[in-house]
Amino acid sequence: MIPRYQKILFFVLLALALGMGGLLWHLRQRAHERLLAGEDSAPTQAPAVAPTEQATLEVANDMDGSLVSEVQALPLPADPGQRARLIVGRLLDLYAQADAMHPVTGGAPGVAQVFLMPAPDAKDGSDPNAQMAVVNLTAAFASSHPSGLESEMLTVSSICATLHANLPHVTEVRFLVNGEQRANLAGHVDLTRTYLTTDSPATTGGSTQ
Amino acid sequence: MLGAAATLLMLTACAGAQAQAAPQQRFVVVLDAAHGGDDSGGRLTNGQMEKTVTLALSVRLRSMLNARGITVVTTREADAAMEADRRAGIANHSKAGACLSLHATESGGGVHLFTSSLAPAQAVRFAAWKTAQAGYVTRSLALAGVLNSALAGAAMKVTLGRTALAGVDSMACPAVAVEMAPERGADGKITAEPTDADYQARVVATLASALLAWRANPQQDAAQTGARQP
Repeated sequence: MIPRYQKILFFVLLALALGMGGLLWHLRQRAHERLLAGEDSAPTQAPAVAPTEQATLEVANDMDGSLVSEVQALPLPADPGQRARLIVGRLLDLYAQADAMHPVTGGAPGVAQVFLMPAPDAKDGSDPNAQMAVVNLTAAFASSHPSGLESEMLTVSSICATLHANLPHVTEVRFLVNGEQRANLAGHVDLTRTYLTTDSPATTGGSTQ
Repeated sequence: MLGAAATLLMLTACAGAQAQAAPQQRFVVVLDAAHGGDDSGGRLTNGQMEKTVTLALSVRLRSMLNARGITVVTTREADAAMEADRRAGIANHSKAGACLSLHATESGGGVHLFTSSLAPAQAVRFAAWKTAQAGYVTRSLALAGVLNSALAGAAMKVTLGRTALAGVDSMACPAVAVEMAPERGADGKITAEPTDADYQARVVATLASALLAWRANPQQDAAQTGARQP
């Protein structure tokens, strides 16, 4: 025979468990909707009212494995994350052009978001404002990227160098694909590691547009 | 009694002679044909897959090195899928003097030589798996230099770089990723594809001669010593 107080306790705990489960599910749904709303509101193109500023793009060249600096005037938003996304998007637009020296299809829509956060590996304290950029690429961009060690490494290096050139506090870069960690970009270059912007190959030459 | 003492002396002398002969190290080269099985790698001209070209390069280079008396260990001999960790495991068990990860691509031109982008570190006996290459980066750069000299000497365009490649970063040996790209003329037009047998033969012959030069390189010897006594 189960005592009455134990039965009551059981049903109270059961009701609490179900209630907490329901609340958790509700909060999860709200977070998901908030994330989707954030994606929708993220600008895909720079607003025309934003002031035009100089941005440095480190453009890859497959022929000699180098990065070439190219300065462009772009209308840039004030928010650093949106600026970073816009600049990287412009870089990918150059790669999508027919005469690109580092041809990669997809263009600006290939980068979904760029998040900036304090760098976790800033150990020496030389730059207390050091930041890590998390570049979220789309699966469509990654799956259409040409497979090859040099090609993949140049894409990664040029994104890292471009971010550092325009946001000097960005010292580390990590890559996600559709919000998740992915083993490699297109079969070769490791995307699970943190890239240091100082690792980028030397930049050669330069041009202004 | 006297006979037993003489036998003991002879055995001791033989053991001493063997101990003196032991330091002669065998030179092992590990050839890692990238991709395989479900992982086809990049698509090259005429619908050929990267995995097929890398295996062809591996087989050619193995034959050429064996003919020169060099012991070769390959990570795969057929179209089989293989994890990056298993490739590194084979290389690390071989105590190799050189490890080459073979790739092929349609982008760029000439031969691309990549070493690990890990920061150089002291070689230790028990290294972290994912960064085991850190202790060998300096020697990997020296090996890339030897390969670069040989390829440039054979009038081939070479691009040197650093990369993050899962298998290579876990290898405890001087390791270079060799990526064969189309050969291009001065005007940038393709004169030979990575699928071209003659082009493959020229690249493989140059790599074989470079590895022979590397065998005599003091840094290669340091690599093997480092593997035994960190």
